[in-house]
Amino acid sequence: MSSQALQMPRWMDLVLLPLWNLLIALLVAGGVVLLIGASPWQALTVLLEGALGSARGLGYTLYYTTTFIFTGLAVAVAFHGGLFNIGGEGQATLGGIGVALLSLWLGPKLPAVVMLPLAVAAAALFGMLWAAVPGYLQAWRGSHVVITTIMFNFLAASLNGYLLVNWLRPAGSMSVESSDFAPSARMPAIHELAASFGWELPSSPLNLSIVLAVLACFFVWWFLWKSRAGYVLRAVGANPSAAHYAGIRPRWQVLAAMGLSGALAGLVGINEIAGVQGKLTLDFVAGAGFTGIAVALMGRNHPVGIVLASLLFGVLYQGGVEVSFEVPGFSREMVVTVQGLIVLFAGAMAMVSAPMFAKLYTLVSRRARQAEGKSHG
Amino acid sequence: MDEVLIGSVLASTLRVTTPLLFAALAGLLSERSGVVDIGLEGKMLAAAFAAAAVASVAHSTPLGIAAAIAVACAMSALHGFACVTHRGDQVVSGVALNMVAAGLTVVLGIAWFAQGGQTPPIDAAQRLTGLLPQWAEPVPGSWVASVLGHGLLSHNVLVYLAFALVVAVWFFLERTRPGLRLRAVGENPAMVDAAGVSVPRLRYTALMLNGVLCGLGGAYLTLAQNASFSPNMTAGRGFIALAAMIFGKWKPLPTLAACLLFGFLDAMAIRLQGVSLPGIGEVPVQAIQALPYVLTVVLLAGFIGQAVAPKALSKPYVKER
Amino acid sequence: MTESSRGGSAPAVRLCDISKRFGAVQANRAVSLSVMPGTVHGLVGENGAGKSTLMAILYGYYHADEGHIEINGQRVQIANSHQAIDLGIGMVHQHFMLVDTLSALDNVMLGAEPAFFLSRAKRQVRQQLEALMRETGLQVRLDATVADLPVGELQRLEILKALYRGARILILDEPTAVLTPQETDQLFEVLRRLRERGTTILLITHKLREVMALCDAVTVMRAGAVVKTTAIGDTSPEDLAESMVGRKVNLGRAGEAAAPAAGAPALQAHGLSVASGAGVHLLTNVSLTLRPGEIVGVAGVSGNGQSELLEVLAGMRGPDAGSLHVAGRDFRAGAWLDPRTARDLKLAHVPEDRHLLGMVMSFPAWETAALGYHEQDQYCAGPLGLAMNQRHLRAQTARMMEDFDVRPRNAELGSSKFSGGNQQKLILAREIGQHPAVLLVGQPTRGVDIGAIEFIHNQLRRLRDAGCAVLLVSSELDEILALADRVVVMNAGRITGELAIDACNETSLGLLMAATPDPADTPALPAGAGAAKASP
Repeated sequence: MSSQALQMPRWMDLVLLPLWNLLIALLVAGGVVLLIGASPWQALTVLLEGALGSARGLGYTLYYTTTFIFTGLAVAVAFHGGLFNIGGEGQATLGGIGVALLSLWLGPKLPAVVMLPLAVAAAALFGMLWAAVPGYLQAWRGSHVVITTIMFNFLAASLNGYLLVNWLRPAGSMSVESSDFAPSARMPAIHELAASFGWELPSSPLNLSIVLAVLACFFVWWFLWKSRAGYVLRAVGANPSAAHYAGIRPRWQVLAAMGLSGALAGLVGINEIAGVQGKLTLDFVAGAGFTGIAVALMGRNHPVGIVLASLLFGVLYQGGVEVSFEVPGFSREMVVTVQGLIVLFAGAMAMVSAPMFAKLYTLVSRRARQAEGKSHG
Repeated sequence: MDEVLIGSVLASTLRVTTPLLFAALAGLLSERSGVVDIGLEGKMLAAAFAAAAVASVAHSTPLGIAAAIAVACAMSALHGFACVTHRGDQVVSGVALNMVAAGLTVVLGIAWFAQGGQTPPIDAAQRLTGLLPQWAEPVPGSWVASVLGHGLLSHNVLVYLAFALVVAVWFFLERTRPGLRLRAVGENPAMVDAAGVSVPRLRYTALMLNGVLCGLGGAYLTLAQNASFSPNMTAGRGFIALAAMIFGKWKPLPTLAACLLFGFLDAMAIRLQGVSLPGIGEVPVQAIQALPYVLTVVLLAGFIGQAVAPKALSKPYVKER
Repeated sequence: MTESSRGGSAPAVRLCDISKRFGAVQANRAVSLSVMPGTVHGLVGENGAGKSTLMAILYGYYHADEGHIEINGQRVQIANSHQAIDLGIGMVHQHFMLVDTLSALDNVMLGAEPAFFLSRAKRQVRQQLEALMRETGLQVRLDATVADLPVGELQRLEILKALYRGARILILDEPTAVLTPQETDQLFEVLRRLRERGTTILLITHKLREVMALCDAVTVMRAGAVVKTTAIGDTSPEDLAESMVGRKVNLGRAGEAAAPAAGAPALQAHGLSVASGAGVHLLTNVSLTLRPGEIVGVAGVSGNGQSELLEVLAGMRGPDAGSLHVAGRDFRAGAWLDPRTARDLKLAHVPEDRHLLGMVMSFPAWETAALGYHEQDQYCAGPLGLAMNQRHLRAQTARMMEDFDVRPRNAELGSSKFSGGNQQKLILAREIGQHPAVLLVGQPTRGVDIGAIEFIHNQLRRLRDAGCAVLLVSSELDEILALADRVVVMNAGRITGELAIDACNETSLGLLMAATPDPADTPALPAGAGAAKASP
C-alpha cells in the first residue's frame, strides 16, 4: 500500500497524495449531495460551522477525534508490522467491556486516582487479548488475520449483548445497558474540569481521554521509531526474510503487533464508556474501528498524520450531524460515505493516483533540468 | 416430534439460507479466480436498496431485480478496476465498498423517500411470494402437508433459483471450459497467461457473475423476505456468507451445506430462546447467533480440517515480462 | 553458414547476430547460433552468461535489439510467446507452469481446449495424448492430480504440454536442476526418443556431464557472447569448463598467500547434507574447516550447493545431517544454530542476495546498520534498555560510512537510495565492524562498480590479516583467485576437491568444477529429510 517504490519526493508522498485523495472523495461526495438536491457549498459551510464554529461544536469534534486517534493508531501499528487489523470494532468493544467490568466491581470501592488508571489498564488488556487470539492464529496456525478479525468483531458484539442482557442489566430495567458507574470510575469531562478552574465551557462529551490519546500518540511514536521492539516490528513488517536473517522470530512479532494494536483500540472504551456513557451499552463503538482504517490510510500510518486525519474525521462526523439538522434531505450517513470514498481512493486506488503523480514529477523535474542545462549551456 | 415444528423450521431454514447462498456463491466465484471479496455485505445491501427503490417506484418486479443486479455488477466492476487492473489491495477495496454502500443507501434513501432511510413499502403485486400458496402454513396432523408442502414447496422462485444455482455453479466450474480456466487462474495466473488466456478477462468475468449473484441476493431481501429496505438490513449476512464459503472450502456443494447449517442455526436461534437444554441450561440466543463465526474461526485454526484457499488469492497478478 | 549445403536442409533454428541490452547490462552480444533439425544442441555457460536471455528472445518473451531469427530457413518475427507456439517452438521452464490442484490432463489442455463442455474436450485430448505418449515414450498419468506427481513426471508433463501444442522445437531451461540422478537418466531417454522422432531440442544447462551424454553439438557462452560452438565429438568436459570459465589466471595477487594460523580451527563442519522437499540432494556430505587468518574460496558454477552451504553455516537453515563445531560449541542436525546464536558466537554473514536478506529497503542507513545486531548492549539505552541508543548508532554508522567510503555520507538516507555498490559496502561495514571470528560472505561484489570492488577486496584481506576466518563464495573466479588462500571447489552439492592457491589454474579448477560425483557415494538421508529448515 506504500508508494515508496515510486520516485517522488517525500512531501508529495506524505502531503500531496493524501490531500488529493481527500479532494477526490469530497468531489464525489459533493456530486452525491447535488444528486439528492442539496447544495454542496451549503452543506460544506454548515459542516465547518457546526464542527469548528462554536466551542460546543469543537468539544464534540475533539471527542470524536479522541476515539479515532485510538483506532487509527491501532490500525497503523498493525500495518507497520505487516498486518491488516480490521478488528478494531471488536477490540474497542472488548476494551469497553473491560472498563465496565472493572468499574462496576471496584468503582464504588476505590478513589478516582486509583480507579481510572486501573480502568485504562483494563481497557488496554481486554483489547489486547481480543487481538492476540487472531494474532496467534495467524502466526502459529496460518489463519488469515483479516477473516478472523472480522469474525471476532461479530463475536465481540454477541459477547457484549450477552453480558448486558444476562449479567449487567439491572433487574427490572428495559434498556439494554449496565448500571451506572460510580463517580470515581468516570473520566472527568473537560467542561467540568474547566469549570473547577473558573473557565466557562459549554458541555460536550469531550473528556480527559483526549490527553490519553495524545499520550498514546507519543507512545506509539516512541515505540515504533525509538524502541528496539518497534525496530524489530517494523523490520518484520517491511521484510520478513531480512528479519529472519537478522535472527528475529517473526511469529512473536506478529503477536506483539496485534497485541499492541488491540490494546490501542481497546482504549476507545475509556473515551466512550468511562468518559461519555458512564455505563456499558450496546454498539458504543458505532463504526469507529472502520474509521480508524480511513484515518490510518490518510495519516500514512504516522502519529502526526493520524492526529490530523482524526481531526478531519472528527470535523466530518460532528459537522455531519449539524448538516443533517439544517439541510433537508441530508443525513449523517453522508460522512460514512465520504469515509468509504477516502478508503477507496487512498487505500484501494492508491495505485491509480500515485503512479500518475510520480510520472508528473519525473516529467516536471526533467523539464526543469533541461531548462537549467540550456541556461547554463 | 412435532410435524408442525419440523415443517416450520425447514421452511425458515430454506428462507434464511437463500440470501446467504447467493452471496456465498458470488464470493466463491470471485475468490476461486483469485480476487478476495470482502465486499459481499456492501453489494447485497446496495442491491437490496436498488431493488426496493425501483420496484416501489416503477411498480415492476423485473425492473427491481434488474436494478439490483446492475448496482451489484457496477460495484464488482469498481472492485475489479481497483484491484485487477490497478493491483490495489483487495481487502481494503472490499472494506471501502462496504462503507460506501452503508452510507450511500441511507443517504439516498432519506433524500428520495424521506422515511428515515426506509424505502416505501412495495405493493403486494411486486413482491415475490410462494409459488404454491396452499402450502403457506404448516398443517397440524399432516406430515406431508407440513414437512413436504410447507417446508419444501411453499417458497418463492428465488429460493429455488438459489439452490439450482448451486448445481449450475458446480457444473460451470467443473465441466465447462471457462470454469476450468477460472479455477486455474486462481491457483497459478502465470500459467494461464503463458497458455494464452487473458488473466484480467477471466477475473472480470468472475466479478460480473459475482455481481449478478449478489444482486439476486440483495433483491431477495427486499422483494421476498421483507417488503422494503431499511438501513443496514443485511446485518452481517455478507460476512456469514464469507464464513460459509470458507467453511465450504470454496466448493459449491460444501458451501451449500455450510449455508444450510448457518441458516438452520439462525432459524433455531429464535425458537430456542427461553428453552432449556438438558445439561446446559438456557441457551443464550447470542451463543447461537455467534456459532457461525465461532465455527469459521475453529476451521481456520485448522482444528477441524484444513481450509486451503486458492493459491493465488489476494495476490495481484503482474506479468513478469 | 553453410549448413544448407549439407543435404539441402535448412537449420531448424537460426539466430543471427542477436544483441540485447537491459539498461547498462549487455545481456547478449551479437550471438549467432544454428541448430540442425532433429538434433540436441546444448547451450552452456555460467550464470549471467546470457543463455536464458537468448532463449527468452527465441520464445518471444523479449525482443532483440539487433539481429534476426530464422525458423526452418524462413525469417520470422516473434512478438510474444503465442507466436512462438504457433511457429512450433515450445519451452519447458525451470519453474513449472502447472496448476497443482488440477489433473495432468487439465493442465495440458488449458488454453487449447477443443470444446466448451469438458467431458467432450477431455475425450478428444486424451486420445491425442495417448497417441503422443505411445509415439514418444513419455509416460504421464493423465488423471493424477499434479500435486501428487513426482518432479520427474511433472517435467514429462511439461514436455507433453509443449508437444500437444505442436512444438517441433523444444527449449529446455535447466531441466535437471530439480531432478535426482535417476530421473535425469529417464529424462535423457525421453529426449533421445524425441530426437529420433525429429524434434529439435535446445538444452540450456551448466552441467557438463549432461552435455556430453546427450548433445550433438554445444555452444559455450560467456559474458553475453558466444565463445565457441563445436560438435560434441570434438570436445571434452574439461575443454568446455575452460571455455566457460576461461580467463588467464590473474598473477597479480596482492601479497603472498597467508599461512593459516596454528591452533584451533575457527569453524569445523562435518558431513553437511541438505535435501529439498522433493528429495533432490542440494548438499551432500560437505565437510569444511576454517582456520583463523585465512580466506577460503568456494569456487564452482552457481547452483551447485554453495548457497545452501552458506545458509546452513549462517544458521538460516538446518541441515538434514551433519555437525558443526564453532566457538567451542557443537551443533547437530535437528538442533542447529539460528542466526541470533550465530552472531553471538561471532559468526558474521554477508548474504548473497543483499536486497532480499541483507537490508530493509525502507529503513534509513543507520537502521540497516543495526540489522542483526540490534539486541546488543551497545545499542541499548533508556529505561530498562528498551530504547535504541540512536545517537551511538548514528555516530557509528557515520564512522562506518567513513571507513568504508559509502556514498553519499548520509546516515539518514533510505537504504534503497544507495547504489548497489554502496549498499554492499554498508552491509560489509556492518558485518566486519563486529570484528567477527568467522565471516561468511556470498557474492561480495555482485552488481558493484569497479572502484568499489578493489576497496571491498582490500577490506576482506585486512580482515583476514587481523585473524578472522573468511569463507568466500563467489561465482567470479577472478575474485576467488585474487583473494583466496585456498580454494574449495563444489559441484553438484559436493566438494570435489581442494587446492592451495598456488596450484590453481584453469585446468586444475576446470577439472574439479566438471568432476562428476559417483551416485553410489550418496548417503542415505535420515527419515524426514528435506523438511528441516531453521524455524522462524
